[in-house]
Order: sequence, then structure tokens, then C-alpha cells
Amino acid sequence: MSNPQLVMYDEEFKQINAVIEKLLREANAKVIFLVDKNGQLISGVGETERFDTTSLASLTAGNIAATGGLAKLIGEKEFSILFHEGEKDNLHISIVGGRVILVVLFDTRSSLGLVRLRVKKASDELTAIFARLLQKAEEKEKSGESDFPFAEITDDDIDNLFS
Amino acid sequence: MSFINYASREINCKIVYYGPGLCGKTTNLQFVYQKTATEAKGKMISLATETERTLFFDFLPLALGEIRGFKTRFHLYTVPGQVFYDASRKLILKGVDGVVFVADSQEERMEANIESVENLRFNLQEQGYDLDKIPYVIQYNKRDLPNIVSVEELRRELNPTGVPDFEACAATGEGVFETLKAIAKQILLELKKGK
Repeated sequence: MSNPQLVMYDEEFKQINAVIEKLLREANAKVIFLVDKNGQLISGVGETERFDTTSLASLTAGNIAATGGLAKLIGEKEFSILFHEGEKDNLHISIVGGRVILVVLFDTRSSLGLVRLRVKKASDELTAIFARLLQKAEEKEKSGESDFPFAEITDDDIDNLFS
Repeated sequence: MSFINYASREINCKIVYYGPGLCGKTTNLQFVYQKTATEAKGKMISLATETERTLFFDFLPLALGEIRGFKTRFHLYTVPGQVFYDASRKLILKGVDGVVFVADSQEERMEANIESVENLRFNLQEQGYDLDKIPYVIQYNKRDLPNIVSVEELRRELNPTGVPDFEACAATGEGVFETLKAIAKQILLELKKGK
């Protein structure tokens, strides 16, 4: 398949959250989200409760996909940074490690320059963590070791979802 | 592909409703939205034109409950059906876990159905998927209209491999949940098989 399944473990989840929490402080941002390119929300820090995070994740991924399509049309691989400027709030969207999307929401208490600078540093750290995560998932799959919760799923389990 | 989060004990899957223009993909999602309890659904997002034709996609997140202690979420997407939106359709298929093909049962839409299935197969291939290998169900929609093709003929033309198929009338909701349940089941069984 073109995109291997994304699996998240406790250890890496904590590391990722530590990185984006640091970024939140250093960039003076309001909210930071990490979204899978397929539109699944991975994590969010800051004033997340004020936002519909699921929709935000889906639309961000759609946005990245659409601009990626545009990039290909003009012969670029992708546009790795998108910036949306609003009256009060702004969105800085960037691609991390080729497969994850980092969304930083900030207002006048910060600036585009500061956000760009801090995002760059955090991106490197995140890229490393996601590379480890991918490797770990592959190793687990190879060794046949799996604590996968669905291995013993039954028809009844599925039917119960719809009852 | 699905996203399994051991940290927050969640599993997210992506279902895409595909089909020719005006076949009822958005109507399917609207019915699911109306009939789902508030706590189980998120906001439905429609990126549509002023005449309510889907421009990019509709999106509906559903949290159906838990399986073995894991919150199971399905993200339902539709594609724009009109032929000239092909570039957008391809993007939405990225990372898909299962496809529902919504066919328009009306005689005059038969050709559009066939063209759309071929387009689906082709676009999936471009993303590295094989329609014969991923979870896939077909819905014959608009069974309440007068000028419809028989289910046998629809099957012959659109479902040569005999995947699960359902008659439906998305406007009244008939067959909508049966279809959704069938694709969800296939996806979960596929996940089970994959490990």
C-alpha cells in the first residue's frame, strides 16, 4: 500500500506531546494540532476545547491534499508550508516528515516569523519521533508480536456497535 | 489506512461514498447524521457549491462505541460525483479503508454508473489499492422511483464479483444503515485479518 497503517504507542505519544507543548509555549501559540495526512487527529495541545478538532483535522488534511494536487500540476513535489491569515487568528500549516501535518493557530501575541522559526526546530524533533514510531511498528509486525485489540473480535462485537 | 492509537485507545477508519453525480452520496450521509444520537456524531461538513452540489467532500465523523476497550470511530466522506471533479475525487480516496459505491437505479443513469465504477477502480489503482481486495459494498439507490433498472441487471453490470449489495432509498433512509453496517463490518474484519 502507498501509506502504511499509522500506529501510535504510549511512549511516542508522550514524546510527541512534549514537543508540541514546548512549541506552544515557545511560539506563543493558542492551539497546536498534529494531523495524519488522511485526516485523523493525532494530538492537540492548548485551547483545544474551543475548537471542533475532528472537523479541523479533516479540513486541514483536505487542504493539504488540495494544495498538494496544485503543486503537482505545476511540477512541484508539494507545498510544505501553508499560511492562512485572518483578522485575529492565523493558521500556520506545515508537513512534517512527509506524512504528518502540524497546525499552529496563533494571534497577534505571536508573529509569523517566530512561528516559522520555532516550527522548524520542532519539525526536526517530530520527524525523528515519527521515524522511530514507524520502525517500531514494522519491527513489531515482523516479529509477529502484537497486542492488537481486534485479533479476537467477533461478529457480535461488531453488531453491538450498531444496536 | 486506519489509525490505531494505543495511547488514547482509539481506532479511526475512513469510509468513502463513491458514485456518479446526483446518485445520493450526500443524502446517505445526511440520513446517517439525522438518525445518529448527538453524542455519537460530530459536525457534518459539506463543501458544496451554491446549488448544493458537492464541490470537494462531505465529512461526517461517527463514534459508534467501543470494541474490546477501544473507541471505534468511522470517518464518512463523500466524493464530488460530477465527472470534471476527478482531481478532487482522487485526493479523497487517500488513506481509504472501505468504499461504498452508490449506484443510481434509474435507467438513464446506467451509463454514468458504469463510468463511475471504472473511474473508482482506476483512481484507487493510482493510490496503490485494488478494488477487489479492499472492503467494498454497493448500494442500489433510488429504488422508489418509477423508471428503474432491475436489481439483477444492476448486479450484472456493476457487481460482477458479488460483493455485498443493498437496495436503498437514501431520501427516506431505507437501506442506508444496512449499507453502512456492512462496510464497517468488512473494515473491522479486515483489520482483524491484517494482524
